[in-house]
Amino acid sequence: MLRLPFSRGLPCVRVVWSAAVRGTASNPAPEKIEVFVDDKSVLVDPGTTVLQAAAMVGVEIPRFCYHERLSVAGNCRMCLVEVEKSPKPVAACAMPVMKGWRIKTNSEMTRRAREGVMEFLLVNHPLDCPICDQGGECDLQDQSMAFGSDRSRFTDIHHSGKRAVEDKDIGPLVKTIMTRCIHCTRCIRFASEVAGVDDLGTTGRGSDMQVGTYIEKMFLSELSGNIIDLCPVGALTSKPYSFTARPWETRKTESIDVLDAVGSNIIVSTRTGEVLRILPRLNEDINEEWLADKARFAYDGLKRQRLMTPMMRNKDGELVVVDWEDALIATASALSHAQPDEIAGIAGGLVDAEALVALKDLLNRLGSENLVTETIFPMEGSGTDFRTNYLANSTIAGIEEADLVLLVGTNPRFEAPLYNSRIRKSYLHNEQNVALLGPKINLTYDYEHLGDSASDLKKLVDGSHPFSAKLKAAKRPLIVLGSQQLARSDGAAILSHVQQLAKKLSSSAEPDWKILNVLHSNASQVAALDLGYKAGTAEIRQKPLKVVYLLGADEGTISPNDLASGGVVIYQGHHGDVGASMADIVLPGAAYTEKQGTYVNTEGRAQQTLVAVTPPGLAREDWKIIRALSELAGYKLPYDTLFEIRDRLDDIAPHLTRHGEVEEASFLDQSVELSKNIASSFDSSPIDVKQKHLEDFFMTDAISRASPTMAKCVQAVLKQKQSKYYEGEV
Amino acid sequence: MQSSLRKVFRTFVCPTRGFKSSPASCHDSLFVHRDSKEDNLDVNFEFTPENRKRADAIISIYPEGHQRAAVIPLLDLAQRQYGWLPISAMHHVADLLNMPKMRVYEVATFYTMFIRKPIGKFHVQVCTTTPCWLRGSDEIVDCIRKKIGADVGGTSKDGLFTLSEVECLGACVNAPMVQINDDYYEDLTVQDTEEILDDLKNGKKPRAGPRSGRYAAEPAGGLTSLTGEPTGPGFKVRPDL
Repeated sequence: MLRLPFSRGLPCVRVVWSAAVRGTASNPAPEKIEVFVDDKSVLVDPGTTVLQAAAMVGVEIPRFCYHERLSVAGNCRMCLVEVEKSPKPVAACAMPVMKGWRIKTNSEMTRRAREGVMEFLLVNHPLDCPICDQGGECDLQDQSMAFGSDRSRFTDIHHSGKRAVEDKDIGPLVKTIMTRCIHCTRCIRFASEVAGVDDLGTTGRGSDMQVGTYIEKMFLSELSGNIIDLCPVGALTSKPYSFTARPWETRKTESIDVLDAVGSNIIVSTRTGEVLRILPRLNEDINEEWLADKARFAYDGLKRQRLMTPMMRNKDGELVVVDWEDALIATASALSHAQPDEIAGIAGGLVDAEALVALKDLLNRLGSENLVTETIFPMEGSGTDFRTNYLANSTIAGIEEADLVLLVGTNPRFEAPLYNSRIRKSYLHNEQNVALLGPKINLTYDYEHLGDSASDLKKLVDGSHPFSAKLKAAKRPLIVLGSQQLARSDGAAILSHVQQLAKKLSSSAEPDWKILNVLHSNASQVAALDLGYKAGTAEIRQKPLKVVYLLGADEGTISPNDLASGGVVIYQGHHGDVGASMADIVLPGAAYTEKQGTYVNTEGRAQQTLVAVTPPGLAREDWKIIRALSELAGYKLPYDTLFEIRDRLDDIAPHLTRHGEVEEASFLDQSVELSKNIASSFDSSPIDVKQKHLEDFFMTDAISRASPTMAKCVQAVLKQKQSKYYEGEV
Repeated sequence: MQSSLRKVFRTFVCPTRGFKSSPASCHDSLFVHRDSKEDNLDVNFEFTPENRKRADAIISIYPEGHQRAAVIPLLDLAQRQYGWLPISAMHHVADLLNMPKMRVYEVATFYTMFIRKPIGKFHVQVCTTTPCWLRGSDEIVDCIRKKIGADVGGTSKDGLFTLSEVECLGACVNAPMVQINDDYYEDLTVQDTEEILDDLKNGKKPRAGPRSGRYAAEPAGGLTSLTGEPTGPGFKVRPDL
């Protein structure tokens, strides 16, 4: 089958085709052609569209259906422009330029064409802007102001003849008001091309045409929220955000998403100290302009189940509200009464680097080295000594250059949806091939299934697997290892085999091409390992622990039973989840929208969140809590401001303060050398992933578990699975 | 009183600039699917072995990777087999061509010749566009309505006939005309129409084509030009050439 769902990606096809026609073996760069946009000369590659050529000289042509990341549809006609000597205006988004064309983007013909198109669009568009959620950020509104006629010829004040379309129910995230739809088909193209879910389409024809699903069906995608951003009108709006605010009322804070390890760039919209919605922010290296549904819609979890005040367990075993002073003194005394080795710190998945370093410094000063993360990473061999062992070394954008991707025990579709969308993009456009070692799952693209036992990995390493030849032939292979597999009892063996495979492939791959990638499942793991935390709680559980300091650790990897009698569990974090419910002392911290914190994503890129709202109640920024505690415990940490703690971060790991940059790591050879002594016996259990289905995607951490919207999503997916029209897609 | 006068004045004396909009005409069929007694996923549809062979032959026409181009002929085949297109038939075609179901729905809803609700055995489509209308299509419609006992858009009680009013079918020269399933019946009178419907009801197959005795679209009263023998070469050519 063809990979591209439509043959609509015409401009790029044209470029390839024209290159192929002219191309000789040496493939000289195609000659640039000169065109004139509003009499400004510009040199462009053959195959460039009129719209792109105009953009090069800074002229923006209005458009509705055209979107750079989607195929060209050319159906809204808003981009009509005059080309000299052409009898009719041409659709700029779909028309490749010819030599010497004089494009007039502001001529009488162009303006009249735009006015006409706008009038036709508005004939069938309801005048309900006052109650429309898109109001203020609506392309139709803006462009009718800029390019529409200044008066209306619409005289049907009796409302006898406006088109109306019934609304569709496509799930708890996207609200549809289909009468507003102008049939740009962006949502359809997004669903089909980027999300890989062919659920949306147009039915009917002419004035009866409508965009929808034909059958009643939920839009089963983990990227569904993006069609809200894509919709140029108010036909698709956010259900949780509906009737909440106007865009000009909100304050926008640029931040980072922490609900998966990708570190998508986001904009947090707030008003009166409340997060109203989260939108994606353009970052070509990470999330492009998309955002996963969990990152976009789990924000209502930030208002529920929050820890607002310090709490301590009374003698009846109930958590009661106390002052900060009491809580900190109790914590400090618990810490100082325990022997150094009886104290342990456990970091969860949503913790920023500043809090991590503060806790590490404090416990180190108390003499304890028991600092671990909840998520397991094998410490055998070189363990976490080399960053190359635990990073996605090829970077996220680097996926697009790979010609073969081998996924080992991971379901990137739900563990890191935007990582997966990159693979899908390259699968579609770059002829990338994908293979999977693990359970059979729907990744939205075809892949070769190599089996699901760890012994298949061994076969791949020694070259006896049928797939080995393809791996060897690949010039830019990429291995993505899911971090979940490292938690298996044979995790170390899996990691060392993957490393050996990567090493082996590097001889046949291009020089300097990085092969090994570890795809993490939470946002704090990389920073924690960078700072010297050990991974996994197994080791410290063996110790006679008296005091356990849970820093946002909510996965339940340790329980009060693991402590010696009279032990104290301290929980510092922002949600009343697993950790807080077993704690003796609860210190309320700040969530990622409430603090300026550094997070390192799975590719090793440090980024920082900014303060969008203040922490609720008495909650405080995490590192400040630990700093205050250190003073009471008698080991005052030497930093009082964010700059000072960032200096401290800089001392330990300088890349943590170089926000936005990927710090490369390359010690694969050494780590392979060190991992040779690891026992290579594999478990007989098959390689499995936790998140196989869409309903497993939504609630994975303290924030999303507290989110009603995410709960509704799970319910809706489960309900859709009862439907006769569900066909086992996800 | 005064205000209504003013309204009349405004309506007739001061015409507003602009176009008159009439209520938007909508198609009579829905463009979303609703499960019904006749049309739901429990309806079993599969190509008969002969049709399956035909389907395979149709698919084989298209080059590798472009099999989905066979969707229109396959939907047509399914419609011919079942009489109309239930959703399970669309799904069957989608599975056969390995394409997303939505893409099949798009095609099936776009073309008006795909009928997505139950229909009589004979689909009587009367042309009522101007030439046929001038030649008396109204009487034909009335006649059919009475004959089958159903209104336009309806199906007769015995489930044999469904009457549709359609726009020009391109047989204006033989107006008035009806199309019944694949056949055109042209140059109709009311008697002809009744006869055709009776024949169909009785299981006979009436002869398709003009009823006026014409062979095809030649002039009704015989040829008015080109009546003589065709002239040979050299006709009206200067003798010296």
